[in-house]
Amino acid sequence: MNPLSFLAQMIRIAIPYLFAASGGVVAERSGIVSLTLEGFMLGGAFGAVVGTNYSGNPWVGVLTGMLVGLAFALIHAVCTIRYRADQVVVGVAINLLAIGVTRFFLKLFFASSSNSPRVAGFGGNIKLGGFDNPLLWLGLVVPMAVAYLIYRTPFGLRVRAAGEHPDAAESVGVSVKRVRYVAVAISGILAGLGGVYLALDQHQFTDQMTAGRGFIAISAVIFGRWDPIRAALACLLFAAAETFQIQLQGNHAIASQFIEMIPYVLVIIALAGLVGRAVPPAALGKVED
Amino acid sequence: MPWGERAQEALIPPLVALLIALICGDLLILSYGQSPAGVYRLLLEGTWGNAYGFGQVLYKATTLAFTGLAVSFGLRAGLFNIGGESQLAAGGFAAALTGLALPVATPLIIALILCIVAAGCAGGVVGAVPAYLKTRFGAHEVIVTIMLNFIVLALLNWFIAGHLHVPETLHTPEIHAGVLPRLSDLSPTFHGSAANLALVVALFVAVAVWFYLFRAKGGYELRAVGLQPDAAEYGGISVGRVWMRALTFSGVIAGIGGINYVLGYKHYYEDGFASGAGFLGIAVALVGRNHPFGVLLAAFFFATLSQGGLAIHAFVPKQMMDVLQGVVIIAVATAVPEVRRVLRGARKMSDT
Repeated sequence: MNPLSFLAQMIRIAIPYLFAASGGVVAERSGIVSLTLEGFMLGGAFGAVVGTNYSGNPWVGVLTGMLVGLAFALIHAVCTIRYRADQVVVGVAINLLAIGVTRFFLKLFFASSSNSPRVAGFGGNIKLGGFDNPLLWLGLVVPMAVAYLIYRTPFGLRVRAAGEHPDAAESVGVSVKRVRYVAVAISGILAGLGGVYLALDQHQFTDQMTAGRGFIAISAVIFGRWDPIRAALACLLFAAAETFQIQLQGNHAIASQFIEMIPYVLVIIALAGLVGRAVPPAALGKVED
Repeated sequence: MPWGERAQEALIPPLVALLIALICGDLLILSYGQSPAGVYRLLLEGTWGNAYGFGQVLYKATTLAFTGLAVSFGLRAGLFNIGGESQLAAGGFAAALTGLALPVATPLIIALILCIVAAGCAGGVVGAVPAYLKTRFGAHEVIVTIMLNFIVLALLNWFIAGHLHVPETLHTPEIHAGVLPRLSDLSPTFHGSAANLALVVALFVAVAVWFYLFRAKGGYELRAVGLQPDAAEYGGISVGRVWMRALTFSGVIAGIGGINYVLGYKHYYEDGFASGAGFLGIAVALVGRNHPFGVLLAAFFFATLSQGGLAIHAFVPKQMMDVLQGVVIIAVATAVPEVRRVLRGARKMSDT
């Protein structure tokens, strides 16, 4: 196994996770449950393909992908923040809605129930001197940017306050609702970008192409204990496991199904506190009356 | 609360949701250049309008009734079981294994009971894991059940793909013991539809759940914990034990649902047969307001949507129904607390 090609493949696999998990950290730290990442990603992937297909320019696809991710995030935000609907239920429904909407418009735009035509993307992925896909670099930087946002800016302080002590935040004049709106919007844009990367990397949209990646991302958030850098490391860990499995293919020492389970098993172990307790933000998912 | 207000609280959210879904449906149909009235007529004709369509609705409603009852049972104790899909799959898998293991000559009734018990046990085991992790370590059941979905489905996929499949397929050989009769065996009008006597099992489970929740001491404890865990604990109820029971039996109910496909329809376990049914179960429980009989109605409604998609497919892609399912869930989830607040506000106004 060539270590350089291992690393390159691992990073390629990790990028969608890094985008989505970074978004998930922001939303969850503000107190909003992020079971929606899967739907945001799927929407972003579809938006990217539509934008790129009709303009021929992948940068337009990046923009439209982010917008679709944002649109789904705003539906989630309005229902859970304005109308105080249950975040888990709406989250599950957002994922179903994203599957349905992308399927319906796949049929309407491209007359197919399985995949879009091939679209342009960014250049080939890996060169020895580096990567020539700008989204790849962005994905590597995003967790650090989110860490800066959360820990070093006034907005980040408000996000953390909204997630831990919303009442206290309100009492000093912070609009918890507005903070949460912005946080969910950021998570929609970032997770959307994860989907954009995925679709442009594969040069097409396929039905349900995110295939659980949003749930791996939320697993990384939990396993990383809601810290952007640790969540990013968890993303890299999960991506390494996947890369390992791909490179081992043909070698049946470990069945692929067991490698697939790794992120999910690690999350359960983390939640059960067997390797130090994963404690969520205090106000996560709570609805105040 | 007077029953008139309770009825309002129960009925307004689904009606609002239905209205929103109809409007969204209109827009989607118009985007395809079709007439909404015509498409809705086709939808009704293809589902309730003929015995085959109706049979298919009943078949789909049966699985959704099981997963919906499972979710609502957990929710009555204040717990969210999102693991319906893997519990259903595990139940179906266990039923198929039992059906395969039993000699062909086993009397039907004994084979059925054994298959159903196996299905329930398998679902119960999958449900007991989050229950244990919740009571012992405080791990949140929402995350654990989602993660278990992936783990259990990967495990079942490993069993099937690696060991038990008929070559070139992803399903087990056909079972010979424990095959449930279809409705078409009893009445030829249902010819060709997959509806089978698992429907009767679903109705029986719904009645049993109703009896347990509203007429048995255990159900009273369960609902007390769901409403106010701290008060229930103070009142001498062991909250941990109730949680164990609620999630385990939620898993049992979802697991038994596996018989609809395995014993009633295909007579084998196939990888992915449960796909999506767990998440829709949440929708069914929500629209059915967590009442066993409401759940049955909601299962029928969502099954109609799903079968209706096939009926209109020549004119508007059936994927429209995937959109509407999402819309209905979001609308109900949003309307329920809002309607409650508005009604409460109105009551306060009239009191003063």
